[in-house]
Amino acid sequence: MLRDALSGAPRRGLALLAFLLAVLCGAPWLAGDYLLTVLITILYFAYTGQAWNVMMGFAGQLSLGHAMYVGLGAYAAALLYVYLGIGPWIGMLAAIAIAGACGAAIGFLAFRFGVGGVYFAILTIAFAEFARIGFDHIGLVGGSAGFFLPVANYSRNDLWNLRGSPMMFYYVMLGLTVAGFILCHLLLRSRMGYYWQAIREDEQAARSLGIDTFRYKMMAVVISAGMTAIAGVFFAFYYNNLFPEQVFHISRSIELILGPIIGGIGTLFGPIVGAFLLTGLSEIMQDLLAAFGLDVPGAKQVFYGICLLVVVLMLPNGVWPWLAARLGVSGARP
Amino acid sequence: MSVLLDVQGIGKRFRGLLALDNVSFRVPRGSIFAVIGPNGAGKTTLFNIIAGAMAPDHGAVIFDEQRIQGLRPDQICRRGIGRTFQLVRPFPALSVEDNVLIGALLHRRDPGSARTLAHDVLRQLDLFGKRDQSASALTLPDRKRLEVARALATGPKLLLLDEVMAGLRPAETDRMVSILTGLNRETGLTILLIEHVMRAVMALAARVLVLHHGAAIAEGAPEAIVREPAVVQSYLGAEAVA
Repeated sequence: MLRDALSGAPRRGLALLAFLLAVLCGAPWLAGDYLLTVLITILYFAYTGQAWNVMMGFAGQLSLGHAMYVGLGAYAAALLYVYLGIGPWIGMLAAIAIAGACGAAIGFLAFRFGVGGVYFAILTIAFAEFARIGFDHIGLVGGSAGFFLPVANYSRNDLWNLRGSPMMFYYVMLGLTVAGFILCHLLLRSRMGYYWQAIREDEQAARSLGIDTFRYKMMAVVISAGMTAIAGVFFAFYYNNLFPEQVFHISRSIELILGPIIGGIGTLFGPIVGAFLLTGLSEIMQDLLAAFGLDVPGAKQVFYGICLLVVVLMLPNGVWPWLAARLGVSGARP
Repeated sequence: MSVLLDVQGIGKRFRGLLALDNVSFRVPRGSIFAVIGPNGAGKTTLFNIIAGAMAPDHGAVIFDEQRIQGLRPDQICRRGIGRTFQLVRPFPALSVEDNVLIGALLHRRDPGSARTLAHDVLRQLDLFGKRDQSASALTLPDRKRLEVARALATGPKLLLLDEVMAGLRPAETDRMVSILTGLNRETGLTILLIEHVMRAVMALAARVLVLHHGAAIAEGAPEAIVREPAVVQSYLGAEAVA
């Protein structure tokens, strides 16, 4: 299995990957509290970007409403924890099931009735907006006043209930990112992964090769939604507060897809590289602005816009394919 | 010889235009059968109906003793009909090998074993040396052969070829003809082709059906067809004079 998973990757790429992983494993011991927070954010976006990439990068289905799956996962696990005392790892299963079912419903509506391309993207926005407005009015989840998880000072890390220090959350997020990466790597090299790419490239030609495109597009949506919901569970237990206006907001959906777009859509490393670039550089920029005593609201959004513009103009395939060629690891399949 | 494909009284109307008018023919198992006719004669519509891209208004398509009209294209492919498109549609961002591999995955679910089959097919189509290139980098003749390779990798009983010779130089046409006759001879593959290039039709087909304004106006051996007055008048005229 492992050999199979690693075959095709150049030795240099593997060495680089091992090095990167070692650095990420050791990082919390060297990084201060602030840097650790930034790293958690980076890994969070690397993971959610990876999950979104399954739908868009692999199967070619553009979702602009992925915040919905984050939100559903977050609320599902948080509610189960607060009301029923069910821990987040069990709650995660419910989160995956609920987000997957919603993804399936959207996918069914779109793919059964031939809604594609831009119209499909609009449909995903519409559902995320339904969720945002709906959760605003549900008393059980706190409505627009928000939903809170109990917070206390923890003397030790409780991994089972995800209560503890930022360092624990860092390792959990790192674990999720690595697991997401491996899952996507295996998916991409599976029969389904090839079928997704065929659908992305030319759906009519894919059909003529015996591919049940409806079924495989549904699989892409459900898997992507389920993966994203796991990030939602993390979000709820890390931030301890959920507001529909924040978690379901379209700006969250956009924020989540910028990483893979800048890093390289459809590539395995793109979402990771993109998350590092965007979050890393925007944090550096904010520090610089603060150091000069400047207070510029919205500077982050402007910065994201500029990054996107530069990448789209200079590197339309994203940063990773270009970087891979520079590092001499572009022999690796996507 | 038994009949592999039996097209029975197919009709198709696009609003005011009668695209196919009661067309019937039979393709024997293991044969090469050509459909010719001027532009707009209904050839591609006929193909789309057989391949499941559209349903006929009336009539039946019997393939391997089962009715297939109205099935989806992917279901028809799984029954054993592979097709190419008149305007080639390879998966542009994927390598030549992965293009064919995706076809091979239909019956070989494990990508490793599908890759082996894809290699065999690529060798048959003279594309093995270009397997690592991106499909978008291929020349037109190569892309045409890639289409055939991809369809062939699905292991069809019947191969539908929609103008695979169009745009090829005579030498390339001859190469394609020899590949197709080789496939037919060695594997017993049945081929149904739409073709404008008479050079290829004469060399390949055992039987030819001529469509004109959606109706079948002649059917027979190619040597006989080219002497039919109706065919010469409606279709071959210009070429025959030239």
